[in-house]
Amino acid sequence: MSKLNSNIPEGSLAEKWTKHKSKIPLVSPANKRQIDVIVVGTGLAGSSAAASLAELGYNVKAFCFQDSPRRAHSIAAQGGINAAKNYQNDGDSTFRLFYDTIKGGDYRSREANVHRLAEVSASIIDQCVAQGVPFAREYGGLLDNRSFGGVQVSRTFYAKGQTGQQLLLGAYSALSRQVAKGRVELLSRHEMVELVVVDGKSRGIIARNLVTGELERHSAHAVILCTGGYGNVFYLSTNAMGSNVTAAWKAHRKGAYIANPCFTQIHPTCIPVSGDSQSKLTLMSESLRNDGRIWVPKNAEDALAIREGKMKPTDLSEENRDYYLERRYPAFGNLVPRDVASRAAKERCDAGFGINKTGEAVYLDFSSAIKRFGTEAAHVKGIKTPSEDEIKRLGEKIVESKYGNLFQMYEKITAQNPYKTPMMIYPAVHYTMGGVWVDYNLMTTVPGLFALGEANFSDHGANRLGASALMQGLADGYFVAPYTVGTYLSQDITTGKISTDSPEFDEAESTARNRMEGFLNSKGNTPVEVFHRDLGKIMWSQCGMARNSEGLKKAIADIRILRDKFYSDVKVLGKIDEMNPELDKAGRVADFLELGELMCMDALAREESCGGHFREEFQSKEGEAVRKDDEFAFVAAWEFTENDPGKSKLHKEELTFENVELNTRSYK
Amino acid sequence: MNFTINVWRQNGPKERGGIATYKVSNISDDMSFLEMIDVLNEQLIIQDIEPVVFDHDCREGICGMCSMFINGEAHGPGRGVTTCQLHMREFKDGDTITIEPFRAKAFPIIKDLMVDRGSFDRIIQAGGYVSVNTSGNLPDANATPIEKQDADAAFDAATCIGCGACVATCKNASAMLFTSAKVSQLSLLPQGKIEASERVMNMVKQMDLEGFGNCTNTGACEVECPKGISIENIARMNREYLSASITSK
Amino acid sequence: MDLSAGLIRSSLARKYWMALTGLFLCSFLVVHLLGNLPLLTGNKEMFNSYAHFMTTFPLIKMVSYLLYGSIVLHSIDGLLLARSNKAARETRYVKYNGKANASWSSRNMAILGTLTLVFLIIHMKSFWYEMHFGNIPTYLTNDGAELKDLYSITVAAFQQPWYAVFYVISMMGLGFHLWHGFSSSFQTLGINHPKYTPIIEIIGKSFSVIISLAFASIPIYLLLSSINSID
Repeated sequence: MSKLNSNIPEGSLAEKWTKHKSKIPLVSPANKRQIDVIVVGTGLAGSSAAASLAELGYNVKAFCFQDSPRRAHSIAAQGGINAAKNYQNDGDSTFRLFYDTIKGGDYRSREANVHRLAEVSASIIDQCVAQGVPFAREYGGLLDNRSFGGVQVSRTFYAKGQTGQQLLLGAYSALSRQVAKGRVELLSRHEMVELVVVDGKSRGIIARNLVTGELERHSAHAVILCTGGYGNVFYLSTNAMGSNVTAAWKAHRKGAYIANPCFTQIHPTCIPVSGDSQSKLTLMSESLRNDGRIWVPKNAEDALAIREGKMKPTDLSEENRDYYLERRYPAFGNLVPRDVASRAAKERCDAGFGINKTGEAVYLDFSSAIKRFGTEAAHVKGIKTPSEDEIKRLGEKIVESKYGNLFQMYEKITAQNPYKTPMMIYPAVHYTMGGVWVDYNLMTTVPGLFALGEANFSDHGANRLGASALMQGLADGYFVAPYTVGTYLSQDITTGKISTDSPEFDEAESTARNRMEGFLNSKGNTPVEVFHRDLGKIMWSQCGMARNSEGLKKAIADIRILRDKFYSDVKVLGKIDEMNPELDKAGRVADFLELGELMCMDALAREESCGGHFREEFQSKEGEAVRKDDEFAFVAAWEFTENDPGKSKLHKEELTFENVELNTRSYK
Repeated sequence: MNFTINVWRQNGPKERGGIATYKVSNISDDMSFLEMIDVLNEQLIIQDIEPVVFDHDCREGICGMCSMFINGEAHGPGRGVTTCQLHMREFKDGDTITIEPFRAKAFPIIKDLMVDRGSFDRIIQAGGYVSVNTSGNLPDANATPIEKQDADAAFDAATCIGCGACVATCKNASAMLFTSAKVSQLSLLPQGKIEASERVMNMVKQMDLEGFGNCTNTGACEVECPKGISIENIARMNREYLSASITSK
Repeated sequence: MDLSAGLIRSSLARKYWMALTGLFLCSFLVVHLLGNLPLLTGNKEMFNSYAHFMTTFPLIKMVSYLLYGSIVLHSIDGLLLARSNKAARETRYVKYNGKANASWSSRNMAILGTLTLVFLIIHMKSFWYEMHFGNIPTYLTNDGAELKDLYSITVAAFQQPWYAVFYVISMMGLGFHLWHGFSSSFQTLGINHPKYTPIIEIIGKSFSVIISLAFASIPIYLLLSSINSID
């Protein structure tokens, strides 16, 4: 029997959330004081949920593996946060935000969840402004908006290129206020290594104190996972080094289904890989595609000459350049959605037109923009016949005012001046739409276990739109979980404190300890990092931007071999009861080695192309994605069975669309 | 490129630490400083030496976790960068590089290069927030216009990543730049002005309790700050604190 | 709210007092220098009258207690701050590149201040103590008033080479102390503005150079003129 009940409330789409909120049972203030909640992770979702639940009166414990909640990787988000405020009077509305998100996700997300997200989006902005988040403003003192890919309105609120940072620091300050009040107990440098399930309900976690190495037992009436995405399964990604799947995976092993794990977002504009020792990839904001033109040489010989350093990109005349996005997608040009832009870059590089040493990079060129801006500026200044140098100088100034910090960042990393020579970019793993399966209330298949933010699968379908991740994290944490977690907890008012002195806690702790001792006792010869890198290579080549049945099957076999090798040959020094970052890393990589297999299985099972999931077998003659709504309009939720990811069982949650029509996305 | 690395090794907060010397070779100039440490650590593991413990996470200069004192400077010789954004091309082949943890009484060493910056969290907990609960019924975000100049100044102060380079670099290990950045951000905005007096009094009190040194206006903090936070913020805090002290009841 | 926390005990309060006393002492330097100028012109009468005025006029006497108080407070507060600053970093850096990000004078305020204090004690012993409690010969002016001849004592003192050299070195120390201290006081008191701070800095630096050179020129002049007169 499938446990998949999405629990979507009755009623029309626009009324579901309001009606639901007005009917849910509440917990009285006196009873809230008797109830404990664990929040794992302190990013946007975690910090906002912990703060909001503590404000309501619950006893909250917040865990993060970093030294401070403020360092969670939400902080790295650049572009902005969407909200259906319609401040620009350009026709935005809750429904339009809902519609754009559903369509952008290639019709693989749940209507009711997405509509709720759009509904609460406006409150997020109000909340953040009240907290002192310094959003960008216009000269009149009102909030400024910018536009993002895949939409026709300006609904993105931003704080320069550091919106994630400002929002996270807002949530962190709200959390800090509750810590000061004693309402939240903050456990930083703690990592969840096991979920504890008692009588079928999630009742606590085992956390490793990363400073002392001690395994600690923490009980609660509900556990909320806000642990982010699993992009690091690819080793190289824009995620932080510590971002991992361990908390979600431990929950998965204890009964939480994982949904659509193969839906990963590859961001088209990242700085390319430069060498084997590279540890992470850096994103260059999507906004660059507003003015930058993407190209590769038209002739393979030129590309080769550039790769070998015999030729410079600026030497190549216009007619010898291939602006392939403008060529293939004349309507949207360089502003096609992320998945489309990424695949097109890969296609050109695979065909031998890549332009850096590794052959995996394309140009993002601002020379046209510089010329255009320069000519305009000269006109404004009344210069009748500006020289080419003058145009360039004026144009560079304008480009600097728009993208200065990004250009600076690029130059810091690559030591190349992007004003003089085109930027080199290549797609990189950025976000995972898949995640822990949750119902409308954000509860997983384990009662009392919730998943918020990127950790869950719920709102972005097969592809996430820019500036929607921040929106979802804060929507879940500030405005959804406080209601829905409360609903669940209303049945726990008489339960009393959960004891940590139970067989279930004993079992969970010893499982964790045995696993760690296993790594330490393996006495192998290979550092953890090497396995992670190898896994990343398999995942990137077979389960990356383009997938096919043969490659995925091979990847599954390769991962199983790598996993066996990992357990027999991993080398971890030190002891269990002390600070041991290598041991922590071993645990995370072990879980990635299981997740990777599941992702490939999911990708193999989904015999269609949609959003970030592109199966080479399912494409049109022109190389565009072919979605199969009649067969695959479902959420693939995987159940862990028989202690083997390869034996995972697929459950399907059918997606019904009552408010939007399923169309083929076209950007031609 | 090849380097000689002098790195501070210390087993725990109470243990004695000292410099250990290692060699790394075949470092490419495109590598970041932390990737060079990764190479060193992989090499140490193979030699059965415990790897050097250091804090790091986002590796793109925004989380504020990395915290190395390199050749006598916080985050090394580069300007406007964190350690993770420092690249090996800033060094010369054959250089000897000395790496130490951020040192301050209020940043006790946990192990090797890793320090405990919980004091920063406690300063924020003392008042680095606007006292507003989560609510779906707050005033509309555009209800209070804010002068662009103030909004921009608040943003500049708010870009602090809490890495602690200011403390590490200050000869007095003072946390004035960090504390004043948050005080400034919130006091510049109408939402934060309401409790500005109480906030500055409480945050300074906590800052003093943590055992940071005093500000002697050397300006070293703003030079080494990876986000270029200005000491104008310190002056603003001095101002706010003075008026709060005089006018408070 | 506890008043003493805000204005006495906090780290910021201690800095306010440093800044206020420091700026007050700066103003005294100006008065002192003006009074000393007759030493350069050889105007004995004017110098001795000034010394008499400064030690006897009631209002000046009251201000002088404020001055002594400022010196004591500035010194003790400075030493306490230096001690707590040292305590804020228990283990020193193996390698610390201070010059990479801060001026030499800003990093050595405590040493420069201590040097100035030592100078001040010797200086006051030589002149202030003698003037107040010592046996300085007196003489009658043309107006018939009795004046202590501090002028001759001063000239004699500065004609001793070691004393003049010590004095000059101390003035250099004071100059560096002021180089940072003057504008730093404004920052401490919360005065920092993109438009005005550069002006304050120029004034502070000019002030430190002018004050230290002017004070130092007196012993140099007196020493040189005595060497010339021997020739």
